[in-house]
Amino acid sequence: MDFGFTTAAYVVAAVLFILSLGGLSGQESAKRAVWYGIVGMGIAILATLIGPGSGLWLASLVLIALGGAIGYQLASKVEMTQMPELVAGMHALVGLAAVFVGFNAHAELANVLAMDEAAKKTLEGFAALLAKKDSVEINILRVEAALGIWIGAVTFTGSVIAYGKLSGRVTSAATKLPGGHLLNAGAAALSVVCLIWYLGSASVLPLMILTLAALFIGYHLIMGIGGADMPVVVSMLNSYSGWAAAAIGFSLGNDLLIVVGALVGSSGAILSYIMCKAMNRSFVSVILGGFGGTSGPAMEVEGEQIAIDADGVAAALDDADSVIIIPGYGMAVAQAQQNVAELTRRLRAKGKTVRFAIHPVAGRLPGHMNVLLAEAKVPYDIVMEMDEINDDFPETDVAIVIGSNDIVNPAAQEDPNSPIAGMPVLECWKAKQVFVSKRGQGTGYSGIENPLFFKDNTRMFYGDAKASLDTLLTLIN
Amino acid sequence: MTVKLGTPKEIFEGEARVAMTPESALQLQKLGYDCAIEAGAGQAAGFSDAAYEAAGVEIVKTAAALWKTADIVAKVRPPSETELKRMTKGKTLISFFNPGGNEAGLELARSKGANVIAMEMVPRISRAQKMDALSSMANIAGYRAVIEAGNNFGRFFTGQITAAGKVPPAKVLVVGAGVAGLAAIGTSTSLGAVTYAFDVRPEVAEQVESMGAEFVYLDFEEEQQDGAATGGYAAVSSPEFREAQLAKFRELAPEVDIVITTALIPNREAPELWTEDMVAAMKPGSVIVDLAAEKGGNCKLTVADEKIVTDNGVTIIGYTDFPSRMAAQASSLYATNIRHMMADLTPEKDGQINHDMEDDVIRGATVTFDKEITFPPPPPKVQAIAAKPQAEAPRELTPEERRAQEVAEFKAQTRQQVTLLGIGGALVLLVGLIAPASFMQHFIVFVLSVFVGFQVIWNVSHSLHTPLMAVTNAISSIIILGALMQIGSGSFLVIFLAALSVFMAGINIFGGFLVTRRMLAMFQKS
Repeated sequence: MDFGFTTAAYVVAAVLFILSLGGLSGQESAKRAVWYGIVGMGIAILATLIGPGSGLWLASLVLIALGGAIGYQLASKVEMTQMPELVAGMHALVGLAAVFVGFNAHAELANVLAMDEAAKKTLEGFAALLAKKDSVEINILRVEAALGIWIGAVTFTGSVIAYGKLSGRVTSAATKLPGGHLLNAGAAALSVVCLIWYLGSASVLPLMILTLAALFIGYHLIMGIGGADMPVVVSMLNSYSGWAAAAIGFSLGNDLLIVVGALVGSSGAILSYIMCKAMNRSFVSVILGGFGGTSGPAMEVEGEQIAIDADGVAAALDDADSVIIIPGYGMAVAQAQQNVAELTRRLRAKGKTVRFAIHPVAGRLPGHMNVLLAEAKVPYDIVMEMDEINDDFPETDVAIVIGSNDIVNPAAQEDPNSPIAGMPVLECWKAKQVFVSKRGQGTGYSGIENPLFFKDNTRMFYGDAKASLDTLLTLIN
Repeated sequence: MTVKLGTPKEIFEGEARVAMTPESALQLQKLGYDCAIEAGAGQAAGFSDAAYEAAGVEIVKTAAALWKTADIVAKVRPPSETELKRMTKGKTLISFFNPGGNEAGLELARSKGANVIAMEMVPRISRAQKMDALSSMANIAGYRAVIEAGNNFGRFFTGQITAAGKVPPAKVLVVGAGVAGLAAIGTSTSLGAVTYAFDVRPEVAEQVESMGAEFVYLDFEEEQQDGAATGGYAAVSSPEFREAQLAKFRELAPEVDIVITTALIPNREAPELWTEDMVAAMKPGSVIVDLAAEKGGNCKLTVADEKIVTDNGVTIIGYTDFPSRMAAQASSLYATNIRHMMADLTPEKDGQINHDMEDDVIRGATVTFDKEITFPPPPPKVQAIAAKPQAEAPRELTPEERRAQEVAEFKAQTRQQVTLLGIGGALVLLVGLIAPASFMQHFIVFVLSVFVGFQVIWNVSHSLHTPLMAVTNAISSIIILGALMQIGSGSFLVIFLAALSVFMAGINIFGGFLVTRRMLAMFQKS
């Protein structure tokens, strides 16, 4: 089949991909948008299989089918609470694939360059493309391939670690090897040296060392980032997987790869930016790990945490007209979203206004809470973003905080010395009454004392979120 | 000895209210007091002696006997000289007293040794709201003002389209959005009239709008007063402000059907807000209800306690006894205020008065105590309303300023964009100088894609960020194209690596899209 056809198919696929991302601006159009993406992917693969990638096409199809079967299994079984792990795991696959493809590009290039002119003429496909390049272009190609491999490798180990942290297989605390960021900087410098060496020698050894350095950076970088920063990490890895695809696209001279890689890369970059903004921290300080330095001792928290039992909460809910629920990662951990949804249904059936306030970094993945609530069939039009709902707290009778901590910490506004000072938070303490469902008296991930728990209008509803809500539900009919 | 709380019949002519109801008597008895009432005191408000008796209240035949036996006297209107003379040392009187304009009464009460609690002096702090009789009476007055206006207005309040023709809705203007004003607004809007409201305190605009009326804004640039500084009451405004205000009213006068003025400034004559020329400009049949009639009226044509009709057919109502016209409601609210006051005076619930002059509310309301005049009180320790932070709302910008600001913002934005574009363009040109043409082709595609990506992704709704990640994840497996192109190559290692890549990307494609679909299917509208 002619290459002109392939290019035309790629254009169609690229347009479909753009539509597929653009469609995510609304819940209803998103349902259609996924199909654009699926069709786009189908067209792209088909066009490649009958065009430049026709060699061993049967094997390719079998492999795709095998992979697809596994992917189907994974995707149908995964719990919505495990979504962050799944996404991180899938990033790792893309990263690794990018590394392999990059190495292949190198190997092909070496093969082609070793051939004589006559042999080059007989080549087809990717190799034929390589054969036409002059020396400057070959150098550029090497840089591109190396870049693709490097980003892919960082994405791979980074995503593996992120997966481990999210699924609890690796400690979610921030840990660093002695040497800290100097090690990363050293590895990065080593990579640059290897790149120059590679350009000069064209041997596979520097490429290998470069890959190892990148793998180490990915591992060490993500190890140094704590659990609550995971939304940034996951979206950053998402971005990297896109840039890796784009870099490979350059080296293979494939425009569709470049287009999609750039789309994914910018999408991840924007998500990271939004997440960082939501925590009032710069991207660099998140990536370098740990919270920024404080300028003085934190404000003393006065008062005591007052506990309340389910009866008290039920009575207050009975009297309330408007309720705002603020879910956090704790709700996901306790798998309490179904109970929350049931509570919402019962309260709404009594004619009360129930809404959800979602902080952009609630959970471990951008939009994590929205997905969990949607799974539990909470209608999305009562789930509000922070900016939409923050002004409504003073008119709210009851705010229920379920498993969130830092995102409702008033210290961010009141205490200039707090490590989270300036971070936008949900101002739930302005509600007439606040109930906090929490395991115990400990501090949150960031280790910061939360003055909310000591406020006069706050009552602590201790216990596992799911169990607490179970008892509460028996009291509300 | 148990303390007796008594309520005499009001002697002021036409006063129908009573300071104790059978219901409040039950509550007072729970505080440990004995209750007594003069025979027939509740008659005008619809409470019979029998009802009082059933609530355990002792009926006392004459006023003299009641004043003699009661240790605490609760009544509505300020006491007359005769009544005050009946007070003796240690007795407590709870009533409206008008201490600002009743020096003779204060002196008499002091010389008699009576402790007087003036209900209008209850400070306006949250804790004291339950005994704020001015507010509860004003609420009634506001409601009644609309009802009286409707009674004298020959048309519907609500607009209707009937077989017999179209009826436009009545337009009501409420001047002064205090308690009475807000009550009037609520009543008027619920009757279906188009309601406008004005107040010199711009911070009440929100309350006005919450009641369903439209707030009348002035184009006036003076720094407007903060109501918190004056205990939530209006203060005197500057002459320029007054001019702007009157001009606005003149503009409205020919349109409105009903005007309800409630503007009062504490301890001063009511300001003239509705001038004679405005009355002249009104349509015949219009109604003005002047709730400030007692203090001279917001309209100079108002005659206190009377209803007049002007030459051009505008009715002006100057009644001063609106609460008394709804005696049953007014009595039950007032009696509740009294009961709350008693509850604060009896913290132990033991039927003994504990006149705590350290308490902000009791101190503020007490005008004579222990042979001393304690009026005026020191300012309360708690401020009436939290003072507004000085950072002002952006609403105060004039249209010109706003436009200037928008232009400045637009310019800054343009400058930023042009700078970014300039730098970006220069960088691309720089790359173009070095790189060969074949690279530039791809590079242009890359730059444009990044650009499209940024444009598209900003519109993605926050709640769909997880599906966005899943779908970008799925499409980033486009890397499979690279692997597919390489898999046909001769070298075994290349084939092996490419095959692995194809396999992994396959997992990703199916997994990613499927999980996205699963998630999106869950999003449901209520």
